[in-house]
Amino acid sequence: MTPALTDAERGFQRSRVTRLRRPPVWVATVVVVAVAAWVLFLADGAPAGAAVDDPGKFLVTVLDGVTFAGLLFVAASGFTLIFGLMRTVNMAHGSLFLLAAYVAIRVQEAMVGRSRNIDPADVGLLDWLVPLLAGAGVAAVLGLAIQQVFLQWNEGQEMRQTLLTLAITVVLADQMLREFGGLAQRVVWPGAVTHFFSIMGERYAVTRLVMLGIAVLVGVLLWLWLNRTSVGMVIRAGVDDRQMVRGLGINIRRVFALTFLVGSFLAGVGGVLGASFAGAAPGTDGSWLLNALVVVIIGGLGSLKGAAAGSLLYGTVVAFSPAYLPSQYSYYAIIMTFGLLALVLAVRPYGLFGRPA
Amino acid sequence: MNLRERVTGETLALAGLVLLLVLLPSLATAFFVNFVMTQTLILGLAAATIVFLARYGGMTSLAQLLMFGIAGFMFGNAALDGGARGLNLGWHPWAAVVFAIVVTTLVAFVLGAIASRTTGIYFLMLTLVYGVIGYFVFAQIVEISGPGGITSIQRPDLLGPPVRLYYAGLLLSVLAYVGFRAIRRTAFGLALQGVRDDPVRMASLGFNVPLHRALAFTLAGFAAGLAGLLNVWWNGQIDPASISIGPTLILLIIAVIGGISSLEGAWLGAFVYVLVFTYLRDLPLVDRIGITEARFNTVIGVIVLAIMVLSPEGLTGIARRLPVRTTRKELGGTRA
Repeated sequence: MTPALTDAERGFQRSRVTRLRRPPVWVATVVVVAVAAWVLFLADGAPAGAAVDDPGKFLVTVLDGVTFAGLLFVAASGFTLIFGLMRTVNMAHGSLFLLAAYVAIRVQEAMVGRSRNIDPADVGLLDWLVPLLAGAGVAAVLGLAIQQVFLQWNEGQEMRQTLLTLAITVVLADQMLREFGGLAQRVVWPGAVTHFFSIMGERYAVTRLVMLGIAVLVGVLLWLWLNRTSVGMVIRAGVDDRQMVRGLGINIRRVFALTFLVGSFLAGVGGVLGASFAGAAPGTDGSWLLNALVVVIIGGLGSLKGAAAGSLLYGTVVAFSPAYLPSQYSYYAIIMTFGLLALVLAVRPYGLFGRPA
Repeated sequence: MNLRERVTGETLALAGLVLLLVLLPSLATAFFVNFVMTQTLILGLAAATIVFLARYGGMTSLAQLLMFGIAGFMFGNAALDGGARGLNLGWHPWAAVVFAIVVTTLVAFVLGAIASRTTGIYFLMLTLVYGVIGYFVFAQIVEISGPGGITSIQRPDLLGPPVRLYYAGLLLSVLAYVGFRAIRRTAFGLALQGVRDDPVRMASLGFNVPLHRALAFTLAGFAAGLAGLLNVWWNGQIDPASISIGPTLILLIIAVIGGISSLEGAWLGAFVYVLVFTYLRDLPLVDRIGITEARFNTVIGVIVLAIMVLSPEGLTGIARRLPVRTTRKELGGTRA
């Protein structure tokens, strides 16, 4: 592919490229059909067994996928909101997530009056909601501070902003390790929701449905905020054309600050949910930054619809791969995530609902 | 370009530096050479691949430490025999070297091809995802990483004495530096820079843009793999934690400290990093203000934060700006 190529060779190149455009779509279709067939009918030696033989397990796996997708959506929506408006990739998102979790744990301990082995029966609804708001509030304020101090004055320099937030991540991770220690801790669900109910012969935890409910609530509120209020209108306009919004006399700096506040708050809500669901420990920040990134890369950066679609796809893959891979290969579940990414990117390089930045 | 143009102050200074580094083992202590400088050269070589991709391809990659790790793991798997860790193929060391490099290069090509249609921030995020997924692959599939890592890896007899490893690092670093500089002027390098500046125009001129990006990524992966081999020989072991997200960020930070758009900066950044890492605990001041070794990441993070606030081009950028006081706004950093 040097400029020295003759015209004939170039023509050959081009025709080969156009012919190659299609295969990703075909490959993607074949892979999706094959996976569906495997899960529904074959799935020998998998922990869950084929779906037609064991519909209960299948349903539980679907529920696992959808509820986990809820958590993913809460964590990723703030990330994508901030990017959509400001073109800032907030790598500190995972740190805000973890910080909110730790703060919530501390607040809950103070409210219940015990520091370990808290029994869910002792936890009232308020003992969970107040830590949630406190944790998310701290994350929101810190996020706003980061934006005001480090990101406001170098708007448009994407790479510089990304590296700044990466450095903040490193510092915050180290300081949180110092302050909160290296042991895994968790926020305790209120006793009112820690039941199980049975569905097609399987027991299922109510807490996971609560998580999904909160995610749906967050999604609906976000949608209403963006589509039915004047601030949301400004934000949507800003996503499309920042210069024009500025030209119309709107103080976009203030809108930026508000968006960062809300985005960080969402990271915090996700953090408290995540800490109730799976606990918080050093490294949680990195893995949730990864989760948010995977969701927005699949769904497309800056799109709320994309965040929802990406969460559902990723959550489904995360739930299905350990259950439907043959037992001796269950360690390979992580490769399925990578496969999903490769598949989506091969067909749509900017994600399902994304567009070139 | 004739000889006179080649002999500038900059090249003379670099040649002098290389000469100094060649003579270093007889000038400095063994600890400084075999610990500080060898590590500097290894990390510098790995960070230089980030700089190469960022500067000539406009791609900021966070997957280079993964390549570094893959080469190390593959060498460990192929070269060891007996014991319970890894695949234990028990090959000849140099066959293992070839195997490690080939696997690393192939992986780099596949990953590069998948990422080749994305740019800028999107590319950065995707390669971060590569890095983290790669970590999980090695952490979960213990067949290829051994429970808790692969240990007691021997280096080939040729590199037996530690000082030879230092020279190997120096040789590869110089080769990589000269090579990356030379690529700039080849047809491939020119096309790559064209792709960086205006992919649409290059595509309409008939260049295969994704292929150029994928090949650049492959080349960077190859060089990072060489650094990974040196690293595994230097350490004698490798475990999945050494390629987790923290070290991945550290490698980018090394490239950033030096200046993400200057090749020399990679080794400068590595040197600063290793110095801070090695000598921070010895400074008398440090204990009193509450910085112990465990808070080392905070210090590194704050250093990067300060550098990024002052100049997105890192230490070399700051150094370059001091004498001339240019007033260019939007310095680099946004090669998207």
